[in-house]
Amino acid sequence: MKVVIIDYGLCNLLSVHNALRSFGVDSTVTPDPEKLKGADALILPGVGAFEDGMKGLRDRGFIRPIEEYVASGRPLLGICLGMQLLFDKSFEFGEFEGLHLIPGEVVPVKPAGSTGVPCKIPHVGWNALLKSTRDWRGTILGDIPAGAEMYFVHSYQGVPEYKEHVLAETDYCGNRFCSVVACGNVFGCQFHPEKSAADGLTILRSFLSIKGV
Amino acid sequence: MRIIPRLDIKNNTVVKGIHLEGLRVVGDPAELSRTYYAQGADEILYMDAVASLYERNSLKDIIRVVSEDVFIPLTVGGGIRSIDDIRGILRAGADKVAINTAAIRRPGFIREASQIFGSQCIAVSIEAKRIGDGVWEAYVDTGRETTGIDVVEWAQEVVRLGAGEIIVTSIDREGMKNGFEIDLVERIMNLVSVPVVACGGCGRPEHVEALLNRASVSGVACASIFHYQLSDVTALKMHLGKAGIPVRAVGKNL
Repeated sequence: MKVVIIDYGLCNLLSVHNALRSFGVDSTVTPDPEKLKGADALILPGVGAFEDGMKGLRDRGFIRPIEEYVASGRPLLGICLGMQLLFDKSFEFGEFEGLHLIPGEVVPVKPAGSTGVPCKIPHVGWNALLKSTRDWRGTILGDIPAGAEMYFVHSYQGVPEYKEHVLAETDYCGNRFCSVVACGNVFGCQFHPEKSAADGLTILRSFLSIKGV
Repeated sequence: MRIIPRLDIKNNTVVKGIHLEGLRVVGDPAELSRTYYAQGADEILYMDAVASLYERNSLKDIIRVVSEDVFIPLTVGGGIRSIDDIRGILRAGADKVAINTAAIRRPGFIREASQIFGSQCIAVSIEAKRIGDGVWEAYVDTGRETTGIDVVEWAQEVVRLGAGEIIVTSIDREGMKNGFEIDLVERIMNLVSVPVVACGGCGRPEHVEALLNRASVSGVACASIFHYQLSDVTALKMHLGKAGIPVRAVGKNL
């Protein structure tokens, strides 16, 4: 199987590559959009600002090839900033258009909990994945238990327009947000599965076992 | 609350001193990383113990090796003084950098770095020495040089500049294994909006519990307690869990 990791000038690509290799899957980290044509699974990683991320994709000519890839029904996983880029737009340092692969917006992590207690931002740390209304079977969460803890580090979060796209939620500081999004063959994790020890690696493995739609 | 083993590195070995001085070799970086990962560590902090002195950072090779089979966040500090240094260490597999000396010499560096890599990638490491009742001075070059800068003011300033996390090390407590400098950590915790990691003085699980009872820090970075096997990550987490402090379940890393 051919796994492609998109290199659009941001960091932590090696971590995803290493994580896949830990269970024997070789992947190609590439800045070349042509490589998407033969891919069986595509991963969009990323840390940094939304605007820089979109610019990185645009400058390297990734936008159309990603759209075509997704339209073909093959699975895509966005990680952290990569998840946020899947949405329509973000309000990080302005208002910027995303990839429009999942309806929704990216907004700041709430600065205070439900009781008014201030929250530390960025949200950094390990937090549990909670069940939403969706069944996890057959998805990237199909092989981990509810309550599994993942490593988060972010100041913004995606808000899907439709509830049925929320695959898992996470509570930070008294506020529940969408931590895993799923829309057809497009998935996104706000946390870093490649940095979330055994359960995180299981999520990556589950993603690679998903057949296209 | 994250449990973060801290590995001070010199000449490709893990060293440990007292008050950041008198360094003794305690082990191999990759081996200790794997051990702490297996015990359930939530993150690992690497500090180049001599980088500021020699104006270099040599941790890239270590991080490259460790990141092949340790799948938790890796934070690297010591001798990070340019955007290229940050890019290089992140490319090697690190997730975050911790900046001290370069931030104090050129505060604009924090802003520049956080704009390029995002605040979540830029931690500022503060080395604090008590100089009076409730007053601490910031030190640089691994606790060797004084700066005349007030730690509490500096902590607030680095957040304004874009730091996404503060790692505060008490030089007085460092290596002493007699508990954290709780007053200092609590002061900073209450004044800044970003996560705070406390370092220096952890010798027993009770020390972490005592700290958390007064200041709900995002993490503790500990060295002696793990390197000298006074406890281990698993036992520390069990202790904290029983005390009602939220920690990630143990035994989940492998």
